[in-house]
Amino acid sequence: MSAASTPARGWNTPLRRGLAIFAMVFLLAVVTGISQGSASILLILTQATAYALIALGLNIQWGYGGLFNFAIMGFLMVGGAATVFLSYPVNAEFWHSDGPLLLGRALVAFLIGLGLVWAARQSHRIGLGGKARTALVVIAWFAAYIIYRSQIDPAAAYIESTAGFVGGLGLHPVLGWAFGGLVSAIIAYYVGRICLGLRTDYLAIATIGISEILRALIKNMDWLTRGTMTVSPMPWPTPLPQELQAAGFSIANSFVFARLGFLALAAVILVGAFVLVQRAYGGPWGRMMRAIRDNHIAADSMGKDVTGRQLELFILGSILMGVGGAILATFTQIFDPSGYQPINHTFMIWVMVIVGGAGNNWGAVLGAFLIYIVWIISDPLAQVIFLNLSSLTNSLGWGAIPEIDSRALQMRVFVLGVVISIALRYAPRGLIPEVVRRET
Amino acid sequence: MDELIFFINRVLISGTVLGSIYALGAIGVTLIFGILRFAHFAHGDMMTMGAFVAFLLASVLAAMGIILPLPMAFVVLPLAMAITAFLALGIDKAFYAPLRRQGAKPVTLLIASIGVTLMIQGLVRLLFGSGTRPLFVAGEAKDIFRIDMSWAGGSRPISITEPQVLMFVVTAILVLALHFFLTRSRLGKAMRAMADNADLAQVSGINTALVVRVTWVIAGALACVAGTMLALDVALMPDLAFNIVLPIFAAAIVGGLGHTYGAIVGGFLIAFAETLAVFNWTAILRPLNAVLPEGWSLPANLALVPTEYKLTVAFVILVITLLVRPTGIFKGAST
Repeated sequence: MSAASTPARGWNTPLRRGLAIFAMVFLLAVVTGISQGSASILLILTQATAYALIALGLNIQWGYGGLFNFAIMGFLMVGGAATVFLSYPVNAEFWHSDGPLLLGRALVAFLIGLGLVWAARQSHRIGLGGKARTALVVIAWFAAYIIYRSQIDPAAAYIESTAGFVGGLGLHPVLGWAFGGLVSAIIAYYVGRICLGLRTDYLAIATIGISEILRALIKNMDWLTRGTMTVSPMPWPTPLPQELQAAGFSIANSFVFARLGFLALAAVILVGAFVLVQRAYGGPWGRMMRAIRDNHIAADSMGKDVTGRQLELFILGSILMGVGGAILATFTQIFDPSGYQPINHTFMIWVMVIVGGAGNNWGAVLGAFLIYIVWIISDPLAQVIFLNLSSLTNSLGWGAIPEIDSRALQMRVFVLGVVISIALRYAPRGLIPEVVRRET
Repeated sequence: MDELIFFINRVLISGTVLGSIYALGAIGVTLIFGILRFAHFAHGDMMTMGAFVAFLLASVLAAMGIILPLPMAFVVLPLAMAITAFLALGIDKAFYAPLRRQGAKPVTLLIASIGVTLMIQGLVRLLFGSGTRPLFVAGEAKDIFRIDMSWAGGSRPISITEPQVLMFVVTAILVLALHFFLTRSRLGKAMRAMADNADLAQVSGINTALVVRVTWVIAGALACVAGTMLALDVALMPDLAFNIVLPIFAAAIVGGLGHTYGAIVGGFLIAFAETLAVFNWTAILRPLNAVLPEGWSLPANLALVPTEYKLTVAFVILVITLLVRPTGIFKGAST
């Protein structure tokens, strides 16, 4: 590493510091594993791997490009819904009903609406300009909305009352993950086209808004995603515990080995993504991205296409988020749109990247594992503390603390807030800061 | 006539209620943005915090056996406002001021405010549990005024609850007071000067530290009012205001960030857009059925957007505003 060029002794080189911190997180995982059992730590590690993939995605956007994205939750939901659509078993009842026909008509209506808007936007060619064109476009949007609603509403009502929901295509879950990435990329393209021109704080608020819109859509499009009724069980790409039990494993072992298999697959994806992202960071492409992040005016004057490159970063990051969200949904075997919360699925990822070190992929992955483990174990830890406090207050004659379970669960939200405040103040560049290499 | 009464009940009253709350929240957001130049994301939770402060004070009063004709939480509002303002100052001192001294970028402060959001949420749930409870601690009844409209040929009354009336009055008083403070007092003028150009304000001898403190006091006090009123109107819960912080931001941006009057207009605009979008127009267009030709009739539900999508209306307006006119209706802060 080039850090050797600046003479540093002892534990103060970035490499050694990083190794030490990684060793500490590994130790934390081992301790958690010993205290909670191996099936439980495998569950945590698999989810942490998925979160690491998502954090890597945010690191591309925020660390490489300085782009604010608070729509992570939206992309995770899109990834989850996409993998439901592709990998959930086929719902024969839907395909044998009139549902596909009605949906086809809705699609036609959608295309007609799209055509109307397109035509209105082209009206300047026949000499309509300025206000008249704007008015025409607004009317076209309105008409398109009414045409689409007139077809989709009966279709949705019909499907919900007969077949429940569209169901899946019954394909392999890994294909579903790829599809999750693809759908995320398409959505990210449009979101980026609309929003990336905004200033950072406006971008933050706009992306939160978009993530809420995505959540409202996925939660309420019962015909497509089953909405709040949730979809389960989702198939796994690796053998499920039940399948292993059928093959003669004991119940405890079956969970360990099934999760081990899933973890291996997720880890392969994470390592693959990590190598690609890391190589890109070191190459000319990464250098250009950092140049744009640090001074976009200078980069622009050097002939770099700033908006185009930022859109590229936004899409690349969102693909990783979509894939990560799909993996999470498959792993938990249930897709529950109301289970997605900005705190768990947007802000926690931000804490991971900031605590780990924005701009450094090692930092993002480390942050993901560290924060996820802390997030999970602060619940039982808080329970222990509360139970002790409760027995203390009991012995003092003040009575026990009510609702310990639900309160302890909230403790981790507080811990997350404390962690982010401390990190911003005392280690604003993260545990493993970005190493800025200077070619000499 | 009944159709008009229905419209007044469903749109005019509930839109004004929502608008008052959005406006009070958006003023705080916009003031903080104007003076400190960052989007204070924890504002919603400051509202929740204020409501819980009022709840605590009201419970204390109720435990002392004091019964008053007004809702208890409303009576303690001035004290609750003072306490919340004090807490807001404390939050600034503990979490934002050190970052400002380090010369952190606005984005860092925004992330810090998310940290504060998480801490307040965690603490509130830790202390009060995550359940929903009424803010009428002493078991007071929620008075409903029914204005009889039979003189105008209506069969149903216009109904409005006591907290709603109080809310209109309080919002009007606070907005007027803020207006006079900003335009007549020295400190208010200093605040506007600093919002306009912080460096210039500092060189011309304005005590910027004092202005920052005053900003937090005003924002905290208004947040407390908005939170308490919202909790009186609906119910007290830990995520009371977290869900409406985005419409509040939408209101502040639509009105022009940094622009106080814009925030008020934006608040009412967003609130009425939301209520009108989910309003079922068939309810007031029903008389048309008599005029329409044979075989034609209005569909049972003629709402522009299904009710589930009510909150998305605010975001759609927000996104359109950001695209078409990022400075808001009134020209807001441009930097």
